[in-house]
Amino acid sequence: MHPFLQALLGGMLLGGAALVLMGTIGRTAGISGIVSGLWKPTAPRGWQAAFLVGLLLAGVAGFALFPTRFDAGDSAGLPVTIAAGLLVGFGSRLGSGCTSGHGICGLARLSPRSAVSVGTFMAAAGVTVFVVRHLLGGGQ
Amino acid sequence: MKGLFAALFSGLLFGAGLLVSGMTMPSKVLGFLDVSGDWDPSLAFVMVGGIGINLVLGRLLLKRAAPLWGAGFSLPTATAIDGPLVWGAVIFGIGWGLGGYCPGPVLVTAAGGGQALLFVAAMLVGMAAEDWFARRRALAQESCVGDG
Repeated sequence: MHPFLQALLGGMLLGGAALVLMGTIGRTAGISGIVSGLWKPTAPRGWQAAFLVGLLLAGVAGFALFPTRFDAGDSAGLPVTIAAGLLVGFGSRLGSGCTSGHGICGLARLSPRSAVSVGTFMAAAGVTVFVVRHLLGGGQ
Repeated sequence: MKGLFAALFSGLLFGAGLLVSGMTMPSKVLGFLDVSGDWDPSLAFVMVGGIGINLVLGRLLLKRAAPLWGAGFSLPTATAIDGPLVWGAVIFGIGWGLGGYCPGPVLVTAAGGGQALLFVAAMLVGMAAEDWFARRRALAQESCVGDG
């Protein structure tokens, strides 16, 4: 299948998953919010845990069936991986969402906050890749 | 209980979507973000598919009084375009551009082990740190209001 079609189909599955979650229990499929909901003292945690179990099961099944979909970002060194993880975790919480909550759910609701967030993180990510690949000459 | 199964199913579907789309491959994500290099635009269609289906069906869904098994729709209430929103997106974007992973894909990829596991651990620390700061900020504000 053409990569464009794969991406479109994958996107529709993501959107479908978000619709299921909103339609059944009225919650937003924002991954950073769901993960951090696990240690919020006030939130009911059950559905977040169930969603994450599903996500991890998809990973286990995917790794068994389609190992080529896991190209291991092992090209980045350990310090870069740790720094990137810290930034992604901290930034997604500070900014109230990431690629899923803002990028799919928020934009589909035509939320101005999500539009600003997506524009900003796309630009920041693009500039980062440009600096790493073309100015510093690192990366692939 | 039905709600938990629905959440489990949604997570499975979400993970499948990430795998099918190619979002679980950091090299592909970085290729999408590398606009000035050998640009791979395919991941733009993830947003087209995900947003498209929600624009149409999500709109119909939210017209209902309530979700199937819940009291109401839990939607974000904040409307302000403020510093935390923008700076959070900047910090998140830099991390995304460095590693090629965002929170959903890296959790799926962690099933394969390797550096994704390390990324997940660092991400959890980053999230917990921000939540800790946010709670402290909120407490400080409360005590100010109390004093006034």
